[in-house]
Amino acid sequence: MKQSNFDAVVVGGGHAGAEAASAAARSGGSVALVTLRIDGIGIMSCNPAIGGVGKGHLVREIDALDGIMGRVGDQAGIQFRLLNRSKGPAVQGPRAQMDRKLYRLGIQREMETVERITVIEGEVTDFIVDGGGRIGGVQLADGSEIRSRAVVLTTGTFLRGVIRLGEEARHAGRVGDRASTRLAERMESLDLPLGRMKTGTPPRLDGRTICWDGLEDQPGDGAPVMLSFLSKGPLARQISCAITHTVEATHCIIRDNLNRSAIYGGHFRGIGPRYCPSIEDKVVRFADKVSHQVFLEPEGLDDCTVYPNGISTSLPTEVQERFVRTIPGLENVVILQPGYAIEYDFVDPKALRPTLELPALPGLFLAGQINGTTGYEEAAAQGIVAGINAARHAFELEPVMFPRSESYIGVMIDDLTARGVSEPYRMFTSRAEYRLSLRADNADQRLTPKACSLGIISNRRKELFDTKMADLTSAKAAIGDCSLTPNEAAKHGIRIAADGARRNGMDLLAFPDVTVDRLVQIWPELGGIGSDVAKQVEFDAIYGKYLERQQRSVEALKRDEGRRIPGGIDYASIAGLSNELSGKLGSARPETLGQARRIDGMTPAALALILARIRLTERQTA
Amino acid sequence: MDTIYALATVRGRAGISVVRISGAYASKALIYFGSSVPQPRCATLRTLVSPDGDKLDQAIVILFPEGSSYTGEETVELHLHGGIATADAVLRELSALPEFRLATPGEFSLRALHAGRLSLTEIEGLSDLVNAETEVQRRQARRLLDGELAKKASLWRQALLRCMALLEAVMEFADEDLPQDSVPEALELMIELRNGLAEELAGIDAGERIRDGFEVAIIGPPNVGKSTLLNRLAGREAALTSEIAGTTRDVLEVRMDLEGIPVTFLDTAGIRESEDPIEQLGVERALARAEKADMRIFLVEDSTAVDSVPPRRPADLVLRAKGDLLPECRHGTISGRTGQGVRNMLEQVVVELSGKTATAGAASTERHRISLSASIASLAEAISEIEGRGRHEIAADELRQASQQLAILLGEVDIEHVLDELFSGLCIGK
Repeated sequence: MKQSNFDAVVVGGGHAGAEAASAAARSGGSVALVTLRIDGIGIMSCNPAIGGVGKGHLVREIDALDGIMGRVGDQAGIQFRLLNRSKGPAVQGPRAQMDRKLYRLGIQREMETVERITVIEGEVTDFIVDGGGRIGGVQLADGSEIRSRAVVLTTGTFLRGVIRLGEEARHAGRVGDRASTRLAERMESLDLPLGRMKTGTPPRLDGRTICWDGLEDQPGDGAPVMLSFLSKGPLARQISCAITHTVEATHCIIRDNLNRSAIYGGHFRGIGPRYCPSIEDKVVRFADKVSHQVFLEPEGLDDCTVYPNGISTSLPTEVQERFVRTIPGLENVVILQPGYAIEYDFVDPKALRPTLELPALPGLFLAGQINGTTGYEEAAAQGIVAGINAARHAFELEPVMFPRSESYIGVMIDDLTARGVSEPYRMFTSRAEYRLSLRADNADQRLTPKACSLGIISNRRKELFDTKMADLTSAKAAIGDCSLTPNEAAKHGIRIAADGARRNGMDLLAFPDVTVDRLVQIWPELGGIGSDVAKQVEFDAIYGKYLERQQRSVEALKRDEGRRIPGGIDYASIAGLSNELSGKLGSARPETLGQARRIDGMTPAALALILARIRLTERQTA
Repeated sequence: MDTIYALATVRGRAGISVVRISGAYASKALIYFGSSVPQPRCATLRTLVSPDGDKLDQAIVILFPEGSSYTGEETVELHLHGGIATADAVLRELSALPEFRLATPGEFSLRALHAGRLSLTEIEGLSDLVNAETEVQRRQARRLLDGELAKKASLWRQALLRCMALLEAVMEFADEDLPQDSVPEALELMIELRNGLAEELAGIDAGERIRDGFEVAIIGPPNVGKSTLLNRLAGREAALTSEIAGTTRDVLEVRMDLEGIPVTFLDTAGIRESEDPIEQLGVERALARAEKADMRIFLVEDSTAVDSVPPRRPADLVLRAKGDLLPECRHGTISGRTGQGVRNMLEQVVVELSGKTATAGAASTERHRISLSASIASLAEAISEIEGRGRHEIAADELRQASQQLAILLGEVDIEHVLDELFSGLCIGK
């Protein structure tokens, strides 16, 4: 029997798996990445885009930790747009259309070129569990064994995945993949709390059969904003997308065939995402709306496939063909692959530690869609957390935590592990209570120092970051040193309260329409500040007053929320705690008061009781 | 958690005294006193004996099981014969029990709050109810205890949540197909909400007055009969009176219940320029209290001579003093000596103050005022941000602040801080 040894095994080569393998390797571990098909690593199974509002924030954070998604995305990007450009920087998110093939190849190259990663094609059929009930590696279908002290499972929708296309159903993960049923049985035997979800995709169209003339053009930004802090500009040729829309005839066909839709025919019981409804859903729920937008997104430069964003469906192929052809520009379109819906089990992420480790099987980490999330970015961000912690677990090092006040990654991990999910979890900026400080533009300032102390970033990134921070510090100091009176300001056309108080450059930047460029007109000596640094200083100044308030609130939160709950606490013995709550607390086992607060159904009274118990325990052990 | 106990009734000579015991071991106290544990919620006669055989009292004992008591914990009430010594003997015995201790002020209510039996505003209402002396006070406390403010605050929070969702939609789904621009609806809701909160805030003054009492100052030149009028109102010689002008130096108070409205009448020094520094201090004090009073009664001997000190307000009442010395009984005259016109005056005071109580809302404390004002300020910021520079993320942050303030009002966040302040003001035993 073949046997090999690694520090960590990553099962699955999707966005969570690739990022986990990379992170574990950067953490110094030797990694085996086991996947069903090597050419399936880094595949984008849904829409060909990365980033957006919230999701773009996650990509920047992944990048700040020296992850791969942002860098590869920039190499493969064929259209870049900064969303919410007209709104404040806190809600601006970079988004890029991908050439799917370039992206996939870019990720595969990352996996192949890193010395510590070994890619193995095969099917994992079982875990190896050692005598102490801890994970010891995985077993493959060919009988070979891979020994490791940590395993990261990133197998997406493989748990009882069912694909539905109209009335047809078949067991599978993505179209073309077999579901790993034996491993699924093993997972089921762990008796984990499971839930069921569904999601859908639109049909893929042949771009050569689309009549592009007359469709509204959606070009990229003139000055592209990149996903990675390291990238200077796009490498691939840039293209435009197009916008069309459904018409009354489209809705008629869909309405007439609702009973043949997998989603509406009563075949599915899983929960779908409310924010990403199928076209069947939209036609039913917004019955008075006569038209819905459809974004036509090319999947690559040398690929004729077009992704029609906005019409995901599980109607029979024949119906899809008919309704698609009512859409302006798509009158003669050929469907390359029909849309389908997929239903799958996910593991209730409340069963996980904030490191994404499964306490039921120490050493096993779960990341990605299997935890009830949706989206490449959400999966990749979990991959980083699981990858770093898997390596640290193997080395018997302290786990790394990501607090809510520091990153969207932390917000997501906390939401998942303390609150669980009620629908496929997608990142939104409104999930972060500290949104004004958790910006895409300052992800590096928030996370790169942490990555640096963990030793998981390249020298190049460290040097660039250090230079940027030095520039930023000296720019802020220089601007802070310049000051003027309200009278002098008025002479320069800046109107501020005539209270006689001098204001320095940073104060002035908080006023509407005052930019670093304006300051340079007043004080030419500030002319040496680079445009990137200037923008950063302006952003910090815009939110200055709000950031102070948030900072106070962060500190208050850290005091309360960060309060650790002793592991052995017996919730059932706390009088006044309802049976329901003590049950929930007992199974979620929150590690901090903050996590307890976010448990569904938690009341302030119950929190006070827990706090009282913590204090009592501390007094007794002191 | 310790089992706590305290005397629930006022200490002193009385028909009965009630000792309340709450906590996991409450019923163990009965066994300690040599008594069996009675049926829950049944008044039962039991003899309480100390461990050294001393018969402490024959008492009515009631057991409230866990989940069916004020605190939510197992609770025992001992209805003892009234008097200081009996209660003290029982309390002394309880103090000897392990895990038992005397309750701190407000601790029973704190436990009720922790067990989710009462909300914070309801406890405030309870505290007010315990302190209520008049009918209007009782009604206001009842409204708080019945959760009127808590209900309002949760409606406000729902409206805020809706505003936040409408704003978030345009930020989160920037690149997607939204049914419509939801910002105008959010703005309309925010303005409506701000006005509603402002109205509630405006009623707090009246609410505070109802709880703490209205003040009515009796003002006038020396020797016009102010103290005589006060004594008539008090029904006793509360103030020293004499023929000598400037007898009253300090401010004297008499509390009254006027048709349910708590009113404190103030007798003040006669207003005049004086060489006597003590009297002058009294005049200054009189003017200061008159300034703050809700209503003033000006006593004058010559109704045509109108003094401009202190300046008159619409709510003030001007009466011709020493009405008994006038040849005929006329309207607008009053006499403290005979009582003539006093009833008429009181009726006018009631009419005036009832008008003020009508504006009272459910909010009535300084704590409510702080939360409401902060909420309104945040809403105003959000509104001006949307109407002005349109930075939705900042408006959303302000809405979050507003929502947090309402949560504080309901006692959901910053709980330790709020509790410390609240329970320090509650009497022991409640």
